[in-house]
Amino acid sequence: MAELTYRDAVARGIAQEMARDPDVVLIGEDIAKAGGVFKATVGLYEQFGPRRVRDTPISEQAILGAAMGAAMTGLKPIAEIMFADFAAVCWDYFANEFPKSRYMTNGQVKTPLVVRLGNGGGARFGAQHSQSVENWCMMIPGLKVVVPSSPVDVIGLMAAAVRDPDPVIFLEHKSLYATKGEVPDGEIVDTLGTAKILRHGKDATILALALMVPRALEAANRLHAEHGIDCEVIDVRSLVPLDTQTILASVARTHRVFTVEENPRLCGWGAELMSIIADEAFYDLDGPLVRITTPHIPLPAADVLEDLVIPSSARIVETVLRTLSN
Amino acid sequence: MSKKISPDDISAEVRLELYRTQVRLREAEQRAFDLFLQNLVKGTSHLSLGQEAIAAGFAVAMQKGDLSFCTYRGHAHTLARGVPVEKVLGELMSRDNGLMRGKGGSMHLTSVEHGVMGSYAIIGAHLPIACGAAWRAQYRGDSDVSVCFFGDGTTNIGAFHEALNFAAIWKLPVVFVCENNLYMEYTPIADVTAVEHPAADRAAAYGLERIIIDGNDADEVLRTARSAYERARRGDGPSLIEAMTYRHSGHSRADPAKYRPEGELERWKERDPIKMYRARLLNLGVSETVLNAIEQEIKDEIEAATVACKAAPPPSTDIIFTDVYADGGWAWRN
Amino acid sequence: MDILMPQLGETVTEGTVSLWVKAVGDTVQPGDPLFEIETDKSSMEIPATCAGVLTDIRVQKGVVVAVGTVVAIITETATAGQRDSLPSAAPLPAAGAIIAPATAVGVQRQLDPHQAVVTPREHYGPGRRADGVAITPLARRLASLAGVDLGQLKGTGPKGRITARDVAATNAKPSARPAFASGAAASDIVALYADVPHDVLPLDGMRKAIARRLLESKQTIPHFYLTVPVFLDALNTLREDANAALSERAAGQKLSVTDLIIKALAVALQQVPEANVIWAEDRILQLRRADIGIAVAIEGGLVTPVIRDVGSKSVTTVSAELKALANRARGRKLQPAEYQGGSIAISNLGMFGIQEFSAIINPPQSAILAVGAAQRVAVETDTGGVRFASQMTVTLSCDHRAIDGAVGARLLAAFKSAIEHPLRLFVQF
Repeated sequence: MAELTYRDAVARGIAQEMARDPDVVLIGEDIAKAGGVFKATVGLYEQFGPRRVRDTPISEQAILGAAMGAAMTGLKPIAEIMFADFAAVCWDYFANEFPKSRYMTNGQVKTPLVVRLGNGGGARFGAQHSQSVENWCMMIPGLKVVVPSSPVDVIGLMAAAVRDPDPVIFLEHKSLYATKGEVPDGEIVDTLGTAKILRHGKDATILALALMVPRALEAANRLHAEHGIDCEVIDVRSLVPLDTQTILASVARTHRVFTVEENPRLCGWGAELMSIIADEAFYDLDGPLVRITTPHIPLPAADVLEDLVIPSSARIVETVLRTLSN
Repeated sequence: MSKKISPDDISAEVRLELYRTQVRLREAEQRAFDLFLQNLVKGTSHLSLGQEAIAAGFAVAMQKGDLSFCTYRGHAHTLARGVPVEKVLGELMSRDNGLMRGKGGSMHLTSVEHGVMGSYAIIGAHLPIACGAAWRAQYRGDSDVSVCFFGDGTTNIGAFHEALNFAAIWKLPVVFVCENNLYMEYTPIADVTAVEHPAADRAAAYGLERIIIDGNDADEVLRTARSAYERARRGDGPSLIEAMTYRHSGHSRADPAKYRPEGELERWKERDPIKMYRARLLNLGVSETVLNAIEQEIKDEIEAATVACKAAPPPSTDIIFTDVYADGGWAWRN
Repeated sequence: MDILMPQLGETVTEGTVSLWVKAVGDTVQPGDPLFEIETDKSSMEIPATCAGVLTDIRVQKGVVVAVGTVVAIITETATAGQRDSLPSAAPLPAAGAIIAPATAVGVQRQLDPHQAVVTPREHYGPGRRADGVAITPLARRLASLAGVDLGQLKGTGPKGRITARDVAATNAKPSARPAFASGAAASDIVALYADVPHDVLPLDGMRKAIARRLLESKQTIPHFYLTVPVFLDALNTLREDANAALSERAAGQKLSVTDLIIKALAVALQQVPEANVIWAEDRILQLRRADIGIAVAIEGGLVTPVIRDVGSKSVTTVSAELKALANRARGRKLQPAEYQGGSIAISNLGMFGIQEFSAIINPPQSAILAVGAAQRVAVETDTGGVRFASQMTVTLSCDHRAIDGAVGARLLAAFKSAIEHPLRLFVQF
């Protein structure tokens, strides 16, 4: 058991898989000698050498296309697209190439690859370097979408993503890179499509992802300590595949649901989850379904502004209190 | 642009194969057009009538294991790798005997077992993908070459430039083949491109040789292909080849191509690659009987394929829900 | 070979023949220009794809036809080995037809766009009480299972909502079987009568259904009631005449008062279509025909088969259908399709001498007409004298969500008029 940062967990997860399988290769901008702009791949170049850890030009389409061509013909590439916002310049591969080639070719073409992206806000980077793009990915049939919130999950889900035969979009939260957590020694392999109940409670279920997970936990602790409200906190972890069973079972116990989403209001993952809950757990509900999101605006850069719009634990506490009491 | 016939470096056998392939592509695509006029080919289709020498030359020069990456104008390149006509027509006619059982359609012909790694309908998308396949060959020490075909219009999209630079700096065993048929879709390529030769004039920017060839001369195409493949297999990196040609048909479907100047089509039809190649073979002493037999054999194959496709059932609706994910299904939740 | 209008572009649906290059009788070779077409997008020369003689031109120059229409016929010359000789294994399309492979028929899989998400199979009543108080879904389910009367509860949740806590506060226990309106747990009731000699009658499906549906009706439908006397003398006279005529033609067939009441209600619904409605929670459905249910008492309960489109049927047809349905009902042989739907029902207890009563609406219908027994009553004549007349009392129960008082009153007035001027029951307007 060791304490590890989320950032170091990324490198450890990749190293675990590269050591296991020589077909696993890593490419991206500044990821080799420089160790990545987020320093999440430090040490990999030294450990695995220039053949397997390779810098690319600033060519996001080339990076993803190359990853796909390599995946189609037998490798298991991990490609980094630095800031998740840059997914927009190579969106063709997310939307048209990775997810559709297996279907269009009636199963002939396979694309087992992982795309890592530095996702999310809180770093005062402004609207083009702070977005949470998991919702963009979630709506495309054929992609899998993983969003870890803790170092141990980063390692376990990275291993699961690399070993998965489908294209997996792996969203690392930039504001979590410096956070720490206990990580067991030895190989860690998790399972895609499993949500995790991080705190048990009977009064309401709070569904969260990535940076919103620690905030939801903090809010739940305060709600309990200060108001006697006992919330269950679930880290959804994987949007596709989606662990609806864990979520629906929790709703059947608590009868109230909140989502905490670091995305603009419209079409967030929480909207899809709430829609499923409204259909399948309707007669378990004892009150409205409430989504806590960023307002429907681009993210501002200034700290006072950014902190105001991304859901905080204070806003979660306040929303839960208000909803349950009036 | 008349070419010297040099019987020494291309065997008679290979020449007949080049002829057979060109005729097969022409007849199969002509049949696809006929079936389209009868409303039996659904959706869109992009023919490359008149451009057969390029597909034939590059395919015949390939070895087994080499990989083709095509665009939505990919019927010819697919057929040239030996994919049965019935499989291609079946896909165009949305039948169960189609290459992908109707799940892909005309623009996505793929036959991995023949080395046809896909036809890509988003302009430029497959150039980086071909780089990736070449990277795998380089990484593993495999000897295959990835060959990527695209039109002149592709040279103006970002992915073209990203892929060229990427392949050059990594010295990848990939061959980029620009089929310059003078029109991007409906607009002359010259009207929208800063240089005269949209591919070749950009080669220098990536440290590559400026290569322009007569794309209607199957022998010249074959020789160029051989030399590019050898370079790739030697580890000397990519090539970018601009093959000049002309499509006799419109851009897609029944596009009448009224945007072409008077007489242009007729002039190019005089340089019809199949007509020219037939004359060359006769000149080289190949008998009319041999050529007629090849033509008849191809007509028979296409006739049989047409009959089979017309009789084939539509795909089972069960396949709607297969192969979204690697487990064979479409489930996104538990 | 049929020559078709081709599709020039993905979104083009029709084209104009702008020129015929060939004429009837001309010999054509594959690739010969045949005709030219124009669409809103482009124009094009269409070549022949086979060798033969152009034997028929079906679409003349300037005529617009749909894609796929046969524009001409080429009678093929069988020239072996030519590209033209397309086998005609597939059936040739009719004009304008979209060609579908023959085997496609009958193998279409039923696709449910919601397949990936499952909605509840059971429902527990509306989310809002007649007085506007909201009830959470969980509270509705718990109340229904425990037999709690939501109409009596006070909501203590946010904005006065009735929540699960309010249901729990009644101390009612969920019951596996459909609950009774008392709201008390079954074991409590059994205990209460433990000392009283009694037999236990198990509940069959019909009894459970009656209990559940009528409880739901009384709890969730805001009923109101309208009562009116209806004179029957004219109807009786006409009925006797009709039955006399029927006995000559169709022995054994006789019209009952109920038959005529059903027909009269249909006539009334035609005159007051606003009353021919269904409350569908988020909308009202106004039916365009009179589908009328008839409560039929059978061994162990009752069922309400529905006679469809009574307005367009003759009284004798209605009579025959009622007889058949009632027989099938008594034999418990009704199919769900025979007792579902309808907007209104009739319950007649006149044969038991009941003078008047009010009935519970059979959801999702919006009204029910309770018919009492005919009796002789003294009435004042126009001249101030007294005469005796036959009269019955009917009471209409209405769902106030869908039918307002005045609409219900007009329906009842139209019904009364139809009975008292019965000739219109026999005449189709």
